[in-house]
Amino acid sequence: MARSATVSQRRRSSTHESFLRHKGFLFLKVAVFVCVAAVAAYFFQHARPRPGGGTPLGYFLGTVGAGLIVWLALLGVRKRAVSSGHYSLKAWVSAHVYLGLSLIVIATLHTGFQFGWNVHTLAYGLMLLVIASGAIGVWAYVALPARLSENRGETTRKQMLAQIQSLDELIHEAAQGFPRDTAAIVRISLEQTDIGGGFWRRLFEDYRDCANLRALREIEAAQRTAGAHEAKALGEVAVLMRRKGDALGLARRQMHITALLEAWLFVHVPATFALLAALTVHIVSVFAYW
Amino acid sequence: MSETFRIAIVGSGPSGLSAAAHAAAKGISHVLLEKTDHLSDTIYRYQKGKHVMATPAQLVLRSDCDFAAGKREAVLEQWNADARKAGVNVLYNAEAKAITGAKGDFSIALTNGDVIKAETIILAIGTQGNPNLMRCDGASLPHVQYSLDDPAAFIDEHIFVFGGGDAGIENALGLAADQAQANVVTLVNRSADFARAKEANVKALMQARDNGRITILAETTPSLIEAGWVTVDTPQGSARHKCDRIIARMGSSPPRKFVEAAGIAFTSDAPSAFPHLSATFETTTPGIYVIGALAGYPLIKHCMNQGHDVVEYIDGRTDLKPADEPILEAKLAGLPGRMSVSEWLEYLRSRVEILYGLSALQMREFLLDSDVRAFRAGETIFERNMIGSSLFGIAQGSVRVEIDPKNPSNTVPIGAGSIFGEVGLISGRRRGATIRAGEDCIVVEIPRTAALKLMAQVAEARETVNRITTERQILQIFKSGLAPSDLEEVLAGAQVMEVRPGQAIIKEGELGDDLYIIRSGSMIVEKAVGGKQVFMSYVPAGSYSGEMAMIDGGPRTATVKAAIRSQVVRLPADPFRKLLARKPDLDAKMRGDMAARRQVNAFVEDQKDSFDGVVDMYSSVASFLIDQGIGEATDVLLIDESLCVGCDNCEKACADSHEGLSRLNREAGKTYAKIHVPTSCRHCEHPYCMTDCPPNAIQRGPDGEVFISDACIGCGNCQRNCPYDVIQMDKPPPEKPGLLSWMLFGKGPGPGEPDKAWREKQPKPAVEKGKVAIKCDMCIGKAGGPACVRACPTGAAIRVSPEDFLSVALLDRGAN
Repeated sequence: MARSATVSQRRRSSTHESFLRHKGFLFLKVAVFVCVAAVAAYFFQHARPRPGGGTPLGYFLGTVGAGLIVWLALLGVRKRAVSSGHYSLKAWVSAHVYLGLSLIVIATLHTGFQFGWNVHTLAYGLMLLVIASGAIGVWAYVALPARLSENRGETTRKQMLAQIQSLDELIHEAAQGFPRDTAAIVRISLEQTDIGGGFWRRLFEDYRDCANLRALREIEAAQRTAGAHEAKALGEVAVLMRRKGDALGLARRQMHITALLEAWLFVHVPATFALLAALTVHIVSVFAYW
Repeated sequence: MSETFRIAIVGSGPSGLSAAAHAAAKGISHVLLEKTDHLSDTIYRYQKGKHVMATPAQLVLRSDCDFAAGKREAVLEQWNADARKAGVNVLYNAEAKAITGAKGDFSIALTNGDVIKAETIILAIGTQGNPNLMRCDGASLPHVQYSLDDPAAFIDEHIFVFGGGDAGIENALGLAADQAQANVVTLVNRSADFARAKEANVKALMQARDNGRITILAETTPSLIEAGWVTVDTPQGSARHKCDRIIARMGSSPPRKFVEAAGIAFTSDAPSAFPHLSATFETTTPGIYVIGALAGYPLIKHCMNQGHDVVEYIDGRTDLKPADEPILEAKLAGLPGRMSVSEWLEYLRSRVEILYGLSALQMREFLLDSDVRAFRAGETIFERNMIGSSLFGIAQGSVRVEIDPKNPSNTVPIGAGSIFGEVGLISGRRRGATIRAGEDCIVVEIPRTAALKLMAQVAEARETVNRITTERQILQIFKSGLAPSDLEEVLAGAQVMEVRPGQAIIKEGELGDDLYIIRSGSMIVEKAVGGKQVFMSYVPAGSYSGEMAMIDGGPRTATVKAAIRSQVVRLPADPFRKLLARKPDLDAKMRGDMAARRQVNAFVEDQKDSFDGVVDMYSSVASFLIDQGIGEATDVLLIDESLCVGCDNCEKACADSHEGLSRLNREAGKTYAKIHVPTSCRHCEHPYCMTDCPPNAIQRGPDGEVFISDACIGCGNCQRNCPYDVIQMDKPPPEKPGLLSWMLFGKGPGPGEPDKAWREKQPKPAVEKGKVAIKCDMCIGKAGGPACVRACPTGAAIRVSPEDFLSVALLDRGAN
């Protein structure tokens, strides 16, 4: 036959489980087991003169920890390298979270609780920073998606921007024939409105000085002092500006939640690189000054 | 002119030109009469840049002129060059007015007063040269035209297109395509709908109307044409419109008067009738031959072959084999028994039941699409769960169906003359059983499209397939050692019903005990619980419903209604109950199924008190998904928005595993209760996109994925036919630098679909590729499966098939 005679064994369906619940908390169980085993080994060892990185267990935990750190960092590559074989990024993330958390135990036991103002403790501190920021990331990934979905409903980003643009066009049209001073106010909304702004603005959703809002206030003020005919025209523009305000609010909330979902990465990723550097120095110096 | 030509050919279209070229090649004295000043006027007048198709693809071209699918301009150029090279003797501006005389001494009077003398005449005038004319007052005004060469040539005009066929619609769309031309286009159709036009064209037209690009006047006829104006009669009364140009595309008909005047008889008085022809294309007037569209063959390849063949016939060759002979010979070469092609055709026709009604000529065309194969006893023909939609007919020997996958020795035979594989043909699902040759056998494999064509053309074939299909489907559903003979009584009262979406075949609380088999489409089962309709389960094609009332009596316990357009078979209860009494195995099996369904009912009833909200939620989610067309999906991408972080890694992965273009739009699409159905292909059970694909480029892969092959010509039919908007027309972007050089050196646009700005900055390739249709192929051939799911970091993206996902048994998922 022209077709292959065997049914393909390709994986098609996928289980409906979050990354935290992946395969019935498989990696949580692995991580707990690793931690328990490490703690048990720590208390059963007879380290001379005292527990630390230099003991057999210390070396072992250090090697495991360093290996884990490198492997955990490779998630960034895995995420972007779309290869054709069997892999699940969800499984990687699940392992990344739980094994990453287990590093707290592994690395702490590796130190033997010896801390100081040196590059070794710096590496340990950076690692804790990476883990802490990652924990915030886990919280964000669990708590925020629902808000993201609720906020946008079925509106896409493109549609949000198109909505703002079409309101701009309507405002522009409605303001035809305005005297110079009111036209200048309208132009503030049309030309100076910043939809998103910088990262911090998005993160804190701080748009108190929004140009559209300023323009609307001034139009409303002008409306109060204008004659009946003029006030009607101003009123129309004000309605459109309020609608633009709503559309901006929707888009900005979307960017705000997205910024919250990304904010932790701005610590997590640079700290990871710093950790890798510190870790390299830690390992090289330990062996160089043995 | 005093010379008497051996052959005079009237009309220089594909058939006439091909005849002339062949006569020239053979050195026969000939003349080709063309009424215009260029060759092949019909194709010359096609819209600029129109794609000319070369179907049927299997037919060999036998002509001294070359022809391949392509742009109108390229085809014409090729033919002009071929005619020149062959040394065709063309007489331009020579319109034949009348034919007199007899074989050996014909005279063709031309409108310019000349007379051409010839021994034989080939009429290749087609029908397009004779368009149906506008008949109202003012129809002869110069702004009334019967063809449209270049729609881009008209700017800022009020244009009326008359005619609701493909030509009219294509012209109207062409005129309205570029908004910058600012044409005001109106399409006038005499009837209310566009039944004669291709579905894709009608869709495009409706879309153009909805976008305000084209105005459609239905049930409207012209009544007066004036310079700058047209008056039309609409159902609401007469209306006068501004009109700078009228394009009339109201079809064409054979120039009957002219043909009949030469003494040629037609097959009937119907306006669509064709001249009466012999097997060598000779008319009732000896010495006059008719080929091409006027002979009833509108396809270009047919026409060109006829042009070649008719010259051979006139030249005295009678043993000429049809052009497809070598293909058929090759097809039949490896088979046992040394028979000629015509012997094989007759052998198959007289042995396979569904082929009984075919003529020898139909049989020939049929076999071009099909395959004949021989299997040794025990050899596998196909295996259970394979994807395949072809139909098999047994010409010799028999096959054995393995009805129990666990016990291969449990088989049912199918004998010579019958068919198998028909279930895939109708429901589009995988093969239900493995079939092996029972003894050495010869089978004919008919691809789905050819089988459907056969069923449409030959009523006997359709009835046979329907009867056998129903019987087999029932056997397959109930299994339990039933033989076809057991079902005779049940089937005698069986009734095939078409069900509209949403229409109920069983209503809760009503009396009725018939059993229903779902033959195609799918059903949903609903039950009123606490005053609300609760979604109970999804019933795909190939299952049954209604067994509870049949076995236990009593009113119906749930409502069963169609999720999509479906076909069901109603089996009367009494004969079935008798069958159950005779077959305890079947009885036990059905009672088992029933108990399982009862459990689900009871489960929902239970949940109702404790988890009213959960049941409600499940029910409404299921209804939402059905509304989104999941009922006809085989595999659909869903996004759980309570997990989706909006990273778009699914889109990026899709683009990176498909030449840089994402086939999915995560954000677009409907959402309900955090379940989002993104704009992405669902791989429908009966794909809309497949219905009108000229190069047949849309196919089903081994895992059921509907994909578009490289044969795509970019016509856009599939995009218009898809009700879910999941097909886009685009060309692949230039290749990006690798991932590492992006990560380490910042080269290129990074993962995902490159943005427009980057695409435009790249150097243009030497050969610009055209836009082609692009859609999800479920990552066909990639071992890991669909990239969108693999690349989702949180588990939000899932791919499901509806029967697995839409089950009330998943109710407790709500607790997650």
